[in-house]
Amino acid sequence: MATLTYREALRQGLIEEIERDESVFLMGEDIGRYQGTFRVTQGLFEQFRQKRVLDTPISEPGIVGIAIGAAMVGCRPVVEMMTMSFSILAMDQIINHAAKIHYMSGGQFKVPLVIRGPGGAANQLSAQHSHSLEGWYAHVPGLKVVAPSTTEDVYGMIKTAIRDDNPVIFTENPGLYGIKGEIPTDQSFTVPFGKAAVRKEGTDISLIGYSRMAHVCMEVAEELDKDGIDAEVIDVRSLLPLDTETIYNSVKKTNRALVMYEDWRSGGFGAEIVARIQEDCFDYLDAPVGRIGGLNVPMPYARNLELLCIPNKEVGLAKAREVLG
Amino acid sequence: MADGTIPAQYHRRHGANPQEYALSTSSNTGKRAAPDSSDLPESPALLEHFYREMLRIRVFERFSEQAYRAGLAGGYLHVYSGMEATAIGWLSCIEKHDPVITAYRDHGHALYLGCDATACMAEIMGRSGGLSRGKGGSMHLYSAEHNFYGGWGIVGGHTALGVGLAFGTKYQGSDAVTHCFFGDGAANAGVLFEVMNMASLWDLPVIFIIENNEFAMGTRLEYHAAETELHKRAEGFGMEHERIDGMDVLEVRQHARRIIDRVRKTSRPYFLEIMNYRFAGHGAADNDQSLYRTPEELERAKKRDPILLLENHMRKNNVMTDEKMEAIQAEVEEEMEKVYADAAASPKPDPEEVYTDVYTDMLPEKGH
Repeated sequence: MATLTYREALRQGLIEEIERDESVFLMGEDIGRYQGTFRVTQGLFEQFRQKRVLDTPISEPGIVGIAIGAAMVGCRPVVEMMTMSFSILAMDQIINHAAKIHYMSGGQFKVPLVIRGPGGAANQLSAQHSHSLEGWYAHVPGLKVVAPSTTEDVYGMIKTAIRDDNPVIFTENPGLYGIKGEIPTDQSFTVPFGKAAVRKEGTDISLIGYSRMAHVCMEVAEELDKDGIDAEVIDVRSLLPLDTETIYNSVKKTNRALVMYEDWRSGGFGAEIVARIQEDCFDYLDAPVGRIGGLNVPMPYARNLELLCIPNKEVGLAKAREVLG
Repeated sequence: MADGTIPAQYHRRHGANPQEYALSTSSNTGKRAAPDSSDLPESPALLEHFYREMLRIRVFERFSEQAYRAGLAGGYLHVYSGMEATAIGWLSCIEKHDPVITAYRDHGHALYLGCDATACMAEIMGRSGGLSRGKGGSMHLYSAEHNFYGGWGIVGGHTALGVGLAFGTKYQGSDAVTHCFFGDGAANAGVLFEVMNMASLWDLPVIFIIENNEFAMGTRLEYHAAETELHKRAEGFGMEHERIDGMDVLEVRQHARRIIDRVRKTSRPYFLEIMNYRFAGHGAADNDQSLYRTPEELERAKKRDPILLLENHMRKNNVMTDEKMEAIQAEVEEEMEKVYADAAASPKPDPEEVYTDVYTDMLPEKGH
């Protein structure tokens, strides 16, 4: 095992895939000479040169469209969105094109494409740079959507994403880049899609989250533990495909659930998880499923207002106590 | 108008009448002088091939419109009638490994690239025998076997994919040239300008081919383009460009040879505007063409029907008798009658097909 930051673990996964497969290359704005806005690709331009680490103009739809075309002839492009908020510009390419090609062609063409980048609030990036869009993408058949929360997962899942023959949206909460953790030294290590992780076993309530909110769920569980309440924490990791089995098994055991997500509360992906639990586990529930999402407002700039918008341990704890009754 | 000019209500802004371009016999106002197609050393066999293939598209399209009227095809359906010389003249010069991509008016390209006509018609009818087993439809014909990458319905969106195909083949070390067709309407889509920049910046072997049929659906060129010579847009990206006539198949072929050869050798992109004319409405549901053109204008355009032009050329050069032309016409009619009948007899897709091909390796969740 090696101890790395989330950022370094992600970079390590990218390096291994570039070295393993000649068809893999990175493209994006300022990822090469400038070393990447969040420094994920630091050093890679010097290591692999322009063919494998390509600086692009600021043209999100064009970059993604070119990556799709390259993928259709057999390349495996990894596109960095400087922030996932900018992927909104490329939505036509992602949704109307990448997600539809395999189906519309009756399986003749495939799009092994990864679109990755920071998604969610960072630190006072305000309204246009703080979006959590994974719920929008997880709405679209034909895409796969993942949101790893740990160093081990980001390392293992980026490799799975690059090897996948379908377009993958790979979202990294910017608040996670600096966290530290261990990754296996075995380069054959990968983390499969469609498998949630049980981060803490428990019997009294299921706390369900993904990306940075999986960490907040752990903080809530630690607080509950002080009161003698044994919470189970599920890190969803993969939104599409979604591992409902692990979620349902947990809820059937604890009979109570709280779902936490950073995206706007209304219509966010957590709402989908809540709906499924009540649909499929209704008879096991002892209380309505709780839901905590981001405030339904554009992200404000002022730090105190920004912090109000992002779900934290306190609001999670209050809601968990409500669900516990 | 009877005198052939565009009526004032359709044509207000520009002194130059772009239609004069497609309808004129001396066509090239671009950078180079057009070769005189009557001097081309094309063999009688090749001329016969062009004649047959243009007729195949023309007759196929008549049957596809018939399918729509008969309720055998639904949705949107855009026929290529009148524009045959462009796809055929151009695609007669490409290499087998060259990717081809186009927009939703894709039947002609698919047929000429060698896609089975029955599979094309079955796709248009939404049948299991279709190219995509009925899941794409008229606008979304694809054939991996023929390096035909579709078949796209978001106007301008696929131009980015076209540049990506060129990026990918170049990355892989191939000498392939990508042929990216789109319409004059798509020439206004923002993504096109982004990928024109990158194509030139990265020396990508892609040929942008605007098929300028003078209408973006029902909006005439003068009303949608600030500069009606669309090829000039390449100037700002340091890309070679020109405008050529697209109604004379031999002339298109002559230009295609030169330009494709150049792009293959230099790996530099090229921006081409081919002037042609759409004899049909925008789509099968376009039932009032008087909103954007007069019957006289259409009548005048049909005097340069690409099939007619080739017939005249062959007559003038004693390449083919009228009897032979009629015999070919009869053969094509017979072929397409069978195509229509066979496609209509193809079964509808199995209901389980609704879930396949969403992903390469898993099924989506089932049920409502």
